[in-house]
Amino acid sequence: MASIIMDSVAHRYTSKGEQMQEYALKPLNLEWVDGGAYALLGPSGCGKTTLLNIISGIIIPTEGRVLFDGENITQLPPQQRNIAQVFQFPVIYDTMTVAQNLEFPLRNRKVPLQERQQRVEEILELLELTEFADQKARNLNADSKQKISLGRGLVRTDTNAVLFDEPLTVIDPALKWQLRAQLKKAHQQVGHTMIYVTHDQTEALTFADKVVVMLEGEVLQVGTPQELFDSPAHTFVGRFIGSPGMNVLPCSVQENKAEIDGQQVLLNHDYGRPKISWELGIRPENVRLVEQHSDQSALPVSIARIDDIGRQKIVHTALGNHTVHVIVKEGTRLPARPAVLFDPGHVHLYDDAVLVSPPAATGSDH
Amino acid sequence: MRANPTSKGIRASNVPWRYIVPALYILFLMVPLYWLLNMSFKTNQEILSTFSLWPQQFTLENYLLILSDPSWYNGYINSTIYVVLNTVISLAVALPAAYAFSRYRFLGDKHLFFWLLTNRMAPPAVFVLPFFQLYSAFGLIDTHIAVALAHCLFNVPLAVWILEGSMSGIPREIDETAYIDGYSFPQFFFKLFAPLIGSGIGIAAFFCFMFSWVELLIARTLTVTEAKPIAAVMTRTVSASGVDWGVLTAAGALTIIPGAVVIYFVRNHIAKGFALGRV
Amino acid sequence: MKPLNNRAWFLVTPVLLLVAFSAVIPLMTVVNYSVQDSFGNNEFFWVGTEWFEEVLRSERFHKALMRNLTFSAIVLAIEIPLGIAIALCMPTRGPWVSVCLVLMAMPLLIPWNVVGTIWQIFGRVDIGLLGHTLAEFGIDYNYSQNVVDAWITVVMMDVWHWTSLVVLLCYSGLVAIPEMYYQAARIDGASRWAIFRAIQLPRMKRVLLIAVLLRFMDSFMIYTEPFVLTGGGPGNATTFLSIDLVQMAVGQFDIGPAAAMSLIYFLIILALSWVFYSVMTRDDDQGN
Repeated sequence: MASIIMDSVAHRYTSKGEQMQEYALKPLNLEWVDGGAYALLGPSGCGKTTLLNIISGIIIPTEGRVLFDGENITQLPPQQRNIAQVFQFPVIYDTMTVAQNLEFPLRNRKVPLQERQQRVEEILELLELTEFADQKARNLNADSKQKISLGRGLVRTDTNAVLFDEPLTVIDPALKWQLRAQLKKAHQQVGHTMIYVTHDQTEALTFADKVVVMLEGEVLQVGTPQELFDSPAHTFVGRFIGSPGMNVLPCSVQENKAEIDGQQVLLNHDYGRPKISWELGIRPENVRLVEQHSDQSALPVSIARIDDIGRQKIVHTALGNHTVHVIVKEGTRLPARPAVLFDPGHVHLYDDAVLVSPPAATGSDH
Repeated sequence: MRANPTSKGIRASNVPWRYIVPALYILFLMVPLYWLLNMSFKTNQEILSTFSLWPQQFTLENYLLILSDPSWYNGYINSTIYVVLNTVISLAVALPAAYAFSRYRFLGDKHLFFWLLTNRMAPPAVFVLPFFQLYSAFGLIDTHIAVALAHCLFNVPLAVWILEGSMSGIPREIDETAYIDGYSFPQFFFKLFAPLIGSGIGIAAFFCFMFSWVELLIARTLTVTEAKPIAAVMTRTVSASGVDWGVLTAAGALTIIPGAVVIYFVRNHIAKGFALGRV
Repeated sequence: MKPLNNRAWFLVTPVLLLVAFSAVIPLMTVVNYSVQDSFGNNEFFWVGTEWFEEVLRSERFHKALMRNLTFSAIVLAIEIPLGIAIALCMPTRGPWVSVCLVLMAMPLLIPWNVVGTIWQIFGRVDIGLLGHTLAEFGIDYNYSQNVVDAWITVVMMDVWHWTSLVVLLCYSGLVAIPEMYYQAARIDGASRWAIFRAIQLPRMKRVLLIAVLLRFMDSFMIYTEPFVLTGGGPGNATTFLSIDLVQMAVGQFDIGPAAAMSLIYFLIILALSWVFYSVMTRDDDQGN
């Protein structure tokens, strides 16, 4: 087990004419604490698989260093890094039984027979595969196959980290929860560092202690699920996480007032001189739907559509040219002349999509 | 996103010395071919009198003779005619059949499929005499269509098999959506479906062409003069005064060209195309 | 599951008619001949299984069959491993892939008698590069006189002609293996040999089955190339079943025994192909 440090790592794929392409992964510094459960979250093509492959050694980054426990292993091939990887599609050795599949990494490392059998039995038990031990791995269903690929990583005692590359893609939705729970359990029992790549926020938020959100080769935010939800560092994080995502509305800001389409919103902080083309972000959970004039800071809107999603409703309201999503409880009466009220404590402001941290002091100091 | 040009996987990460294996193999393939070419540019006198690795007195005479004598070049024309005929017929009957096998179950489908394949296992030698009698009875001896039809026996099963394989790779939902959208079967088949299985059709045509072009035993048996294939014309070079090596090798070299052209056209499909067809 | 639709028969009818015309009718003729004898004048009489018994007892048939079995065994034993080895060593991407594939496919598209001619010339001591070179080194080589030389030449010709088919099939199987498998194997610390055993060979199984079947069938039916090269000689040393059959049917016009032999020949190929097929798919309990 090891902590993993990425020191100004960046990567560019070389194309045919050996010409450098755009960064697939822009320069970044990251530290993965030993024993942590991480998720790498982002849309397809954001560079998360590249990042994962740099850790596993399948890709050698064009810039920067990768350190395992302080040791520079940037140039080492995968087999010498003692990592385990579970791929998008189950990789199993067709002709072998389940037990033989689990034994394969140990046999390649010439581990003595007795120890091998013992380890395989432990892992079979951990992953609840004991009853299939002597079946051909090929004949199992996809989730058991994924467990075998995971098991091949866990069976070794020297594993530094277990990497998952969208491992639930081919799993039946009904079994996803179950398998994810087993992954969690394995993590708790074995205590390896685990890094989980996904584009599914639910998977990321339920699996990981810390989530790394990526976009276009860049890390936008690293934080606990709660942090990502409460204070998105980037409008993309706000939109990407949550269902529906954060409302992002273009605005201009002067002192403690923001102006959206000519309507004013009161802020908790004073931002001083006028700023134009900022954005205001507020989660649908933090917006209330009220009667107009019931509160002087409520903004009049019209209701465009209502989606009923069981215990809650998502109300699509039109504020000028912008759509504001509001989440209301089932059974709430909708106001006849609706207006939206933003919870000032949860309003975030963004300049060029990046979160503006509020000035330290409140009140007017100039 | 998954393809990564910098990591070449296990196969390529080894030192390139392993390329020597295919290189040597290709050398082994090319040397006899080179020898054929080498001789075709020599005069008979040179072939028989001096042994040299390249032509000392370079000549195109052998080729000129073939290209100016109708009894020679008609051989090429005949071969081409029946090969093309055969490819067209084979594909025309194999396409609907392959579609039926890949999309529907029907009474006796498995048996029929297997029976078709067994025809590929029939030795041409077995059919020499019965073919001759059959086509004589229909008055088709020495016609291109006779050879084309006879070759269908071996090509149609293979074409059905390859096409069935590539059609099964196309989800059935595509057909259903097209019918719902109001396409008739022929419209759907030619406008939507055929382009999707393009490489399958290409490979099937390649195999039909290949077999029909290289086969001699049946082609020779069913022809006399009018439709005689080039391969059979080549026996003319043997006469009482010996073998006309120069012309024989030039004729041989010319038979390689159509194949080379066809390979060039399908070169990008070869790697994938050979994996088509189910077992 | 595919829908049941018996109207699909309409789509199959053209194939059925065509193959019936070019396979069933000729085969019926063969069956017809195999149970009759004739003294000319198109007068035939029933002889039952006499021809079959005669063929099955005849030493000529036994020898030709043994030659053919030996030939197929040698050819498979060389071409299959060689083909796999070459496919494994091929580059997997880049401009050289096409070049390799195109050059390798060349022998497959040369008319079979030209293949025979190429090797006939190539092996001649007076004008052929191979024969001449061997003679220069003092090796006594003559494929038209010496039985061993003739066999070596015929086998070499077949390797030259057909190994590419095995290579192309194996190669197409290899490039179809997702990169993930190699990455996983590297992480599992697998050696080159372990990768071959655990990933490449199992994943090539399907194309290998095709390769073995095709190579077996075609080598068992071989006619034109050895006929041009050696004419079945020296003596009868390279007289394979097809050569013998054509000789019997067209040369000697012994139609009865030739027909009986044809059917036996065909049945042997079917039976052996079936054996290959079932052995190679034996532990495919599920298939994919």
